[in-house]
Amino acid sequence: MSEPFLIGDAMTGGYGRGPDILHACTVAVERGEIAVIVGPNGAGKSTAMKAIFGMLDLHEGQVRLDGDDITGLSPQARVKKGMGFVPQNHNIFTSLTVEENLEMGAFIREDDISGTMAQVYDLFPILREKRRQAAGELSGGQRQQVAVGRALMTRPKVLMLDEPTAGVSPIVMDELFDRIIEVARTGLPVLMVEQNARQALEIADKGYVLVQGRNAHTGTGKELLADAEVRRSFLGG
Amino acid sequence: MDLLNALVALSNFVLVPAIAYGAQLALGALGVTLIYGILRFSNFAHGDTMAFGTMATILVTWWFQSMGIGFGPLPTALLALPFGILACVLLLIGTDRAVYRFYRAQKAKPVILVIVSIGVMFIMNGLVRFIIGPGDQRFADGERFIVTARDFQAMTGLDEGLALKTTQGITVVTAVIVVAALFWFLNRTRTGKSMRAYSDNEDLALLSGIDPERVVLITWLIVGALATVAGVLYGLDKSFKPFTYFQLLLPVFASAIVGGLGNPLGAIAGGFIIAFSEVTITYAWKKVLGYSLPESLEPSGLVQLLSTDYKFAVSFVILLIVLLFRPTGLFRGKSV
Amino acid sequence: MIGNLRTFLLFAAVACLLVLTGEMQSWSTALLIFNMGLISAIMSLGVNLQWGFAGLFNIGVMGFVALGGLATVLVSMPPTTDAWAAGGAQVLLGLLTGAAVIVAAALALRHLPKSRLRGATVLAILVGGFFLYRWVFDPGVDAVEAVNPAGTGYLGGLGLPVLFAWPMGGVLAAGAAWIIGKAALGLRSDYLAIATLGIAEIILAVMKNEDWLSRGVKNVNGIPRPVPNEIDLQNDAGFVATAQGIGLDPVTASSLYIKLSYSILFAVVLVVLLVLAQLALKSPWGRMMRAIRDNEVAAEAMGKDVTARHLQVFILGSAVCGVAGAMMTTLDGQLIPTSYQPLRFTFLIWVMVIVGGSGNNLGAVLGGFVIWFLWVQVEPIGLWLMQMITAPLSEDSALRAHLIESAAHMRLLTMGLILLLVLRFSPRGLIPEK
Repeated sequence: MSEPFLIGDAMTGGYGRGPDILHACTVAVERGEIAVIVGPNGAGKSTAMKAIFGMLDLHEGQVRLDGDDITGLSPQARVKKGMGFVPQNHNIFTSLTVEENLEMGAFIREDDISGTMAQVYDLFPILREKRRQAAGELSGGQRQQVAVGRALMTRPKVLMLDEPTAGVSPIVMDELFDRIIEVARTGLPVLMVEQNARQALEIADKGYVLVQGRNAHTGTGKELLADAEVRRSFLGG
Repeated sequence: MDLLNALVALSNFVLVPAIAYGAQLALGALGVTLIYGILRFSNFAHGDTMAFGTMATILVTWWFQSMGIGFGPLPTALLALPFGILACVLLLIGTDRAVYRFYRAQKAKPVILVIVSIGVMFIMNGLVRFIIGPGDQRFADGERFIVTARDFQAMTGLDEGLALKTTQGITVVTAVIVVAALFWFLNRTRTGKSMRAYSDNEDLALLSGIDPERVVLITWLIVGALATVAGVLYGLDKSFKPFTYFQLLLPVFASAIVGGLGNPLGAIAGGFIIAFSEVTITYAWKKVLGYSLPESLEPSGLVQLLSTDYKFAVSFVILLIVLLFRPTGLFRGKSV
Repeated sequence: MIGNLRTFLLFAAVACLLVLTGEMQSWSTALLIFNMGLISAIMSLGVNLQWGFAGLFNIGVMGFVALGGLATVLVSMPPTTDAWAAGGAQVLLGLLTGAAVIVAAALALRHLPKSRLRGATVLAILVGGFFLYRWVFDPGVDAVEAVNPAGTGYLGGLGLPVLFAWPMGGVLAAGAAWIIGKAALGLRSDYLAIATLGIAEIILAVMKNEDWLSRGVKNVNGIPRPVPNEIDLQNDAGFVATAQGIGLDPVTASSLYIKLSYSILFAVVLVVLLVLAQLALKSPWGRMMRAIRDNEVAAEAMGKDVTARHLQVFILGSAVCGVAGAMMTTLDGQLIPTSYQPLRFTFLIWVMVIVGGSGNNLGAVLGGFVIWFLWVQVEPIGLWLMQMITAPLSEDSALRAHLIESAAHMRLLTMGLILLLVLRFSPRGLIPEK
């Protein structure tokens, strides 16, 4: 079996000097696929994603991107390596316009960014319409589109989303999932943490169910949806 | 009743001085607000930063004057200004390297940085007094007036004169140029946008690859330039005295806070609000009212609401009212 | 135990410095420094109550100190009966009018429903009230200030013994602190700082301008003293004999005697306040204060009334500064409003607290002594240093003259440097909080 494109392999660690939150936890995403991390509250879903992005110290385990060991890199260095990350909160520059948000997303690029910006606008047409408006004035769903668009501006090789649908209405959530599928169809691997396990697993190629910082179940989205125990414990029957 | 004369008297004693003073305060407040937005603390050394930049400019001005270099009808200080800015910027960047950077790395609480800035204030204040002395310095040369009151009377045939000092004209023109350049920089250049982004959301700016140390460096650069320009314009218009510049801290902070700390547009609006309030409340309105009211209602007293020594009270009361009723300022600043 | 030893050694070091000053310069200088050191220690104690106990960032110390000075005049100077007759009642009526206007505006703000009309009403009350106040107040002021302007020109005081002024200074400062605290204590720390800085400037502006109150910039001289006059002692045969008995000439002896008397008075006040502050720190009240300081949100969630507690400690700390201010004016024997400078009376006190150890009463007291000692001694040391450095330059060198003349400003530089060094390398101060 070939190595996945991005893998957090047997990660153990926590924040600062606090207790370990992750215990030999493994999460990975293959090229061109959507991988989803689900699990009950406090299972360490977001922590696992932050660990992959280098926002907490690992005592054990590795993070590898395209075969390279990046465990020791800072989050900023990982962005330069091609990881795009959309945090759960405070993920846009509220006082900047939509277009400026996208420009800032591409800050590390020295080349012409207009092509990428056009692609983002094609993906999220509403943003083109509102490009001169301050991002803080947009609705919740539109803000998430700005946030994803900002992360796409670096032309990342993998996109990581931390609960992109937190706090948006069900209709907006469906719309956002559609967009995420579209992003993945362009060949960009997507790794995301989701609270809405059922919908997320429906679009996932691969699912990871975490419980207390450990891998509880792993499989394709369909397998997990069909698994009786997963259904009973996490999907409400 | 003579509304035309009333208007001229009003312009001469209230509007023109308040516009010039407001522009000076606005430039000072812009510096305070930028530091607050980027470095996230209230810099109590700002008045003394203004004093230092002005002092450097004065020294170069004297040197130019001693060599016979002048600027025609304009003050020589304008020629010396770039050198003053350079000196001030070097001092600020040196201070940042030696003092502030340590606390930034520690992620110290803002109040600690405020106390640190008080230490810096002491040192800068001592430095300025040490070099140029605590006394009053006048350094304006060139033509004193664009229009004198007498010329104005001769031109218009009115009883009242409208004097326009060269320094007032220079203040307004310089302020407009500086503010336009600043806003162009902040809104149109990549570096300027990255500063706004950093001010808006530090973590996300880091994720986007914006280098915080570079943003901080450029901030000090701009703040040094703004502080020196503000200080030199104030000094040309009035006079330079280290203690007066220290005291400017209050109206400058009031301007920045009233407009909304961290918001550059607010700082400008705040500067003019404070300046106009200060001047109108401490101006003796007898003359203007004398012209504009029918004779029977003409006031007998000076009609001065407060003595000029209470000008601090004016800044302060406005500040307090804004803080109590709209804590983020008129233009929604940061409430961090 | 180690902590106690350290504290003891530090205080012993200060005592040594003072003794050294006495031996090398003069005992009179040493006592002068000691007396102001006592007063500084009290101010520092007051600021420590606010900052060290409760984390309140008050940089209006100068204002409260100045109010203490004002209290000294209002309590101890003889009343100017002519001025009272001429316009005293009118002035009081004016002040009452002003107070009534503010109360009316506040009542309107509180009780009318929120609307544009309310804003307009409040504004109308304030503007109309202002003119009414000036209409009543101004003639009274003119009348008072017209009475013998060169000698008095103000209402005078109550003519009570000057020691009453010390608690009175505290009360006056506490009153001002109550008003300020009510308005500004809910604000964030740097807003509170700016607000208090502004208040201090306003208090000073009032004291410089309201001649009817304390003669403004004409100053009040000859404030009664709680101790005898030097000249009386020198004329006292018994005193002269005692002085000669211990080998001192009467002039020096009288000066030292007076200074020592002040020292004892001040030391008593300091000890009393220190004991009270220590008791407060260890009491449940003090523990609660520190809990609020360390985590305001948690304290509030536990049902503590943070704003009320802050107001209490703000008033107490300011009152202590007021007492110290009254003592200082008593020592000076005169009230000079223009001598109050924020660098000296606000920020220097802050340096004392930070250097001494914020949150620790003994630290604050130590900081008061150490910093005051340096403040006084840096100037001669700086002068000496400058003379050393410039010695190679010729006598008439302009640079030399400038450097020697500027040595006086070394103290600001030094204080800034000390503050920054302590913050960087020993942020908890000389005697850290336990």
